[in-house]
Amino acid sequence: MNFMKSILGSAAALAIGASAAVADPAIIFDLGGKFDKSFNETAFNGAQRWAEETGGSFREIELQTEAGREQALRRLAEAGSNPIVMTGFMFADVLSKVAPEYPDTRFGVIDVGWLDMPNLRQYIFNEHEGSYLVGMLAAMASKTGTVGFVGGQDIGLIRRFGCGYAQGVLAVNPNASIIANMTGTTGAAWNDPVKGGELTKAQISQGADVVFAAAGGTGIGVLQTAADEGILSIGVDMNQNHLQPGSVLTTMLKRVDNAVYDAFKGNGDWAGTMQGVVGYAMDEHNASLVTADMQAKVNAAEASIKSGTLSVHDYMSDDSCPVLSF
Amino acid sequence: MDFLTIIQVFDGTLRLAAPLLLVCLAGLFSERSGIFDIGLEGKLLAAAFLSAAVAFVSGSVWIGLLAGIGVSVGLSALHGLASITMRGDQIVSGVAINFLAAGLTVVVAQAWFGEGGRTPALKSGARFEPIIFPGAVPSKEMADVGPFMQLYSELLSGHTLLVYAALLTVPLSWFVLYKTRFGLRLRAAGENPAAVDTAGISVVGLRYAAVVIAGILCGIAGAYIATSLQANFVKDMSAGRGYIALAALIFAKWRPWYALGACLLFGFLFAVDNRFQNILLPAWSLSGGLLLMALALTGYVWRKDLLDKFVLGGLAVGLAFISALIVVNVWGVGMGNQIKVPVVFIQSLPYILTVLVLAGFVGKAIPPRSGGVPYVKEK
Repeated sequence: MNFMKSILGSAAALAIGASAAVADPAIIFDLGGKFDKSFNETAFNGAQRWAEETGGSFREIELQTEAGREQALRRLAEAGSNPIVMTGFMFADVLSKVAPEYPDTRFGVIDVGWLDMPNLRQYIFNEHEGSYLVGMLAAMASKTGTVGFVGGQDIGLIRRFGCGYAQGVLAVNPNASIIANMTGTTGAAWNDPVKGGELTKAQISQGADVVFAAAGGTGIGVLQTAADEGILSIGVDMNQNHLQPGSVLTTMLKRVDNAVYDAFKGNGDWAGTMQGVVGYAMDEHNASLVTADMQAKVNAAEASIKSGTLSVHDYMSDDSCPVLSF
Repeated sequence: MDFLTIIQVFDGTLRLAAPLLLVCLAGLFSERSGIFDIGLEGKLLAAAFLSAAVAFVSGSVWIGLLAGIGVSVGLSALHGLASITMRGDQIVSGVAINFLAAGLTVVVAQAWFGEGGRTPALKSGARFEPIIFPGAVPSKEMADVGPFMQLYSELLSGHTLLVYAALLTVPLSWFVLYKTRFGLRLRAAGENPAAVDTAGISVVGLRYAAVVIAGILCGIAGAYIATSLQANFVKDMSAGRGYIALAALIFAKWRPWYALGACLLFGFLFAVDNRFQNILLPAWSLSGGLLLMALALTGYVWRKDLLDKFVLGGLAVGLAFISALIVVNVWGVGMGNQIKVPVVFIQSLPYILTVLVLAGFVGKAIPPRSGGVPYVKEK
């Protein structure tokens, strides 16, 4: 009954929204899906926070196919949504085509930093720096000196995670070995927990005792297998420490929620490129895994990254990684 | 590469081959009776979802398994209704089942648990636990024991019940299909249903029995991936395994023992892909291997039809060309130089192999003669 109500309710809300032409903000979730317990869900949380604080409402589209990007974007723009926020760098091509056609609509995009349009605000995150921090934690927690990395789709952004992670590991333990695997080369690689689990098992058999998953829904399988096999894992994007308490060492946080919240508020000058916040998660689920000493070292590194005395190599700056081959 | 690594790859092979094998045999029963089943993927996904959901709610993995089998058999019955009773197009019905499962699982999971189309993680007791054989050593001490013990502890022991069940299904299927009256009739229904009907046996009944068996096997496979390999359902978690099983079925030429071989081979390729990110091979072996394949192809098509000569001959020329390219490229640094085989190539091997079988290169794959044709009784 509740379910039916919510369907009817959302249908009614859509109908009202279309006729009233009030400039409600809108968000488009990328292929991983709204509730991926990771990237897209963080974005959703940011939108929710905005809705709760302002009492406003927003529209959303969950992308179903690669081909639906342009259609989804145009539909929202035609319906008068403003601003329209997109999660994911895959929107870059479509945006550069559609955005100039709707000069009065403000567009916001996460993970794109190379476009330049008067009605576009871009949010980028230094994932390599956040990954560097969790890489340090991984190396300090590892007893075998071997750590693993499981990526989702093999794209530059995910290699950026892997490369930053490897640098953090080697900063703590120069003799450590890093095993890096990608789940696949298509969008299906974001939702294959079985393969994620198998990759984790393969890494464990090569000696890994901490595995970092930057793989959307596939990562759920990595965290599960790590817990089954009694090793540590590291989550990504949204705080995943609670998924397997006592087995998830930490989560590399990417505050996409803050970015979406900021875009929905839409303060200040719209155009430009914003720097999002990255970090690592501490809560009651991993308090026993991360000692005060480990935290102090990571916090020191975080401070020196901020002050510029420590620079982490960005894979996407030259499409290569000095310490890890993919 | 040491012995333990090989054992571990074979261990991964078994884990990955088990669901493929169950789904492949499901397709085998269905298609042998004359019903093409493209909906294997959807049944696998639906069973994965409901088994994980019910196992979580009931706290018992066995009730979860039954629920998974139940929903899979239900979808099979739907397929049967559309394609046997209503004589609809079997491919269309199968595709519809795939879409239905992909959408419904997520929607129902969201309405039921509110975790965004996932089911909550199962606690131990609500999932299939590995069976440790007596005397097997845990994986942490594996490196210290002898090769025989490694084989015993890593490869033979430590799988869940469903893996052993999947392996046992092969001789069972062979026995049912080739040594029982029911099996003979079922195969006949796929080859010449009119003859079966003339003998006074119900073609419709046989085909329904076959799709129900397919449903049961898909149900077990779904429960295996959601409650044994993993501990919850995630959207689209079957990740195309139903289609890969269909490829394996063609590769196996619709025979149970061949199906075991095909699924183990595919599982092995996946396990290799998981274990080795990039495989390094000396240039001479790579280039030589490609040249040998080109020569074998040329020899094979020598006395074939013009079309075969054209297609496979072209393939042979392509292989020889790549081989020559490698030689030209590494000649300066020596033929012993290591060349990286991209992981994507290993991932695509199952499909390349299937295409080769379909092209008639590894024997001929002839589907059941009346497959895909609804049976209409003569008036």
